[in-house]
Amino acid sequence: MSEPLLSVADVSAAFGDARVLDSVSLAVRRGEFVGLVGPNGAGKTTLLRTINGVRDPDEGTVSVDGDRRADCSAREWSRRVATVPQDTSVSFSFRVADIVEMGRAPHRRRTQFGTTETDRRRIEDALELTNTADMRDRPIDELSGGERQRVFVARALAQDTPLLALDEPTASLDVNHQVEILRLVRELVGEGRAALAAIHDLELAARFCDRLALLSDGGIRAVGPPESVLRSEVLDPAFETTTATATNPVTGTPTVTAGAGDGTVVDGDDARRVHVVGGGQAGARAIATLRDAGHEPSAGVLRDGDLALETARSLDVPVATTPAVGPADPDAIAAAHDLAADAAVLVFADADIGPRQWTLDLAEGAPSTVLIEARPLAERLHADERARGRYERLRERSETADLDALPSAVDTAVATAERPADD
Amino acid sequence: MRIRYRVAVWSGLLLAALVAAVLASATIGPVELRAPVVAKAALNAVGIPTGLGVSIGTASVAGASVPWPTVDVQYAYPFAFQIAPTSELIVRSIRLPRIVLGATVGFALGGAGAVMQGFFRNPMADPSIIGVSTGAAVGAVATIAVPMAVPFGLQTAAFLGAVVTAFVVYLLATEGGRTPVATLLLAGVAVQTFLGAVVSFLLLQSGESLEEAVYWLMGNLYGAGWADVGATLPAITVLFLALVPFARDLNVLMLGEEDARTLGIPVEWTKRLLLALSSLLTAAAVAVAGVIGFVGLIVPHMMRLVVGPDHRLLLPTSALTGALFLVVTDTIARANPQELPVGIVTAALGAPFFLFLLRRREVHEL
Repeated sequence: MSEPLLSVADVSAAFGDARVLDSVSLAVRRGEFVGLVGPNGAGKTTLLRTINGVRDPDEGTVSVDGDRRADCSAREWSRRVATVPQDTSVSFSFRVADIVEMGRAPHRRRTQFGTTETDRRRIEDALELTNTADMRDRPIDELSGGERQRVFVARALAQDTPLLALDEPTASLDVNHQVEILRLVRELVGEGRAALAAIHDLELAARFCDRLALLSDGGIRAVGPPESVLRSEVLDPAFETTTATATNPVTGTPTVTAGAGDGTVVDGDDARRVHVVGGGQAGARAIATLRDAGHEPSAGVLRDGDLALETARSLDVPVATTPAVGPADPDAIAAAHDLAADAAVLVFADADIGPRQWTLDLAEGAPSTVLIEARPLAERLHADERARGRYERLRERSETADLDALPSAVDTAVATAERPADD
Repeated sequence: MRIRYRVAVWSGLLLAALVAAVLASATIGPVELRAPVVAKAALNAVGIPTGLGVSIGTASVAGASVPWPTVDVQYAYPFAFQIAPTSELIVRSIRLPRIVLGATVGFALGGAGAVMQGFFRNPMADPSIIGVSTGAAVGAVATIAVPMAVPFGLQTAAFLGAVVTAFVVYLLATEGGRTPVATLLLAGVAVQTFLGAVVSFLLLQSGESLEEAVYWLMGNLYGAGWADVGATLPAITVLFLALVPFARDLNVLMLGEEDARTLGIPVEWTKRLLLALSSLLTAAAVAVAGVIGFVGLIVPHMMRLVVGPDHRLLLPTSALTGALFLVVTDTIARANPQELPVGIVTAALGAPFFLFLLRRREVHEL
């Protein structure tokens, strides 16, 4: 095969006496998206930092395209590796275009004050590819986390390097934005580019990466296609837990359930996982009530600015989001399906039913549902009569509860779902 | 709008405002002069350098006479308007040097403040944050209080005090070739506190010269002459021009040092250079004008609210606004029958104006 683009050879790094990386070797070829997975503290970030040149390895070499890191200046190296940082919060109101322009820093002369023709072309391309062109004049500190992350990917693209290094690009994002960013990186890889990303979510990593490298205790424990890495006998020693792996019926990629051996998991679904569909007062109260009662709620799709979204965020509840106006983002709906698929019960919290009826799609896919009906259906129904029929059938097979009785209704629903169909 | 265009427009406007302020300021004083008279006198004072020569004179260092090279510049004066000799004398020899020195000092403080705030990624930083002003104060007050102990003139002593202090703070905060910004800030505060004690002690010992020392500490431009301008203006111009090519690196540094590193900035080297240049810039200003507070803090902050955080624009506009601000405040300071130190005026006017801006912006953002 062709010469690898990135080659990490026997790299070791230590902080004082603590050895963080112990003789790590890894190769990434052009056109490849490699996910770096592993438990917290495994050394993922440190490995990325030795690759992007922020930290020099204590031993071993890092090279890109045959050029060794140690032989390059910071400037020369920054034309080979671009980094999307984990923390993209900026406390100064640079415009989006200014941030992306900073990606041209490695290519400019000291005396150059403005931008050259090449600079402008690369900046435009980067804005275009990341779908950030229409926010170019907006201040970076007024963007959402997902938008900011895209801008930083654009900056890395403007840097025009063969290798992209991403440190937990999805860590601080809503579920649908996680998918959006990884899909973007997936698309960008190719044309001779490659990407290496630390990703803590194993299933997301499996869905988007060509290969995974499992890092644990400072060493690479496994490298290969996701199916070969995400196997219990590989994961269990690394994460020091027992896992159950299966194939996601929607995406066809591996899924991992941790803690499978300690009895809390029922048929791959956690009995405490509840997905809430519907926003506003009812959605917000449902999320809070379930969390109080010891359930693990997820929510969505919720619109930006929704009361329930604020509640979900403040309680650290996973949530799929969509902009405040316009039709719901298909990625967000897909993400909500992912969340709902893990849940034992779905709570349909006074949710509206739009023309596309995606709230009903979500509810019908759930093993067990609980309805909360605060407003009459007529006020919530913005679709045709078929939708009314679908809702009536949903009501027949669901528990109906008011908000105060929600936890006990959910418990009943879990029990119903676990009992084999006897009628 | 393209950045070069914005820089040109802003700088042009501020420069025009500065020239207008300088001329308006020159009409004000114990003898009221009309604007045309001032303009003619100012134009008469405009000299175009036509030749350069170096002669070896002597300078007194530590009591001994040593040969000292002096740069002689020949000027041609293209304008020769007829105006009353007294008016010409007042404008050219008394008011203009002081006003131009004020503009120069304000320019340096505004520019250095913008660099420091970017460098520390903290809008509370100002040029004296690493002890430059306090170091200058020790040098100056020592010269005033115990003249026999200091072998230099006041300005030289203040300049050296400032530079030595900045260097010591830098060394204290550096380990293994790395200078963390937070350590630098803390070392600066600690050294400032210590030197503050030294200044207080010197003040107690100063006896009859206490008033002079206090005046210096409050910052003032009283009795400034062309010699002061000649020593300060070229130095400050050169230092500022040296900073300009680093405006873009400062932008990148604002995103964090690790980020800057991945964008190819040699972080520690750039930090050292920025620190050295902005400390020298501040030292040159403080040495001739004393401790003028607040200009380096509020002017860059104010300009960031107006023009945004891009240092390519922020650096020149902060410097020019600093110049404008100091010309205006010093005019107020000397228009008072009992002249005030300009440091009092900058703080008394600057703080409320700054608060006004802060409030308006916050309300605007809701």
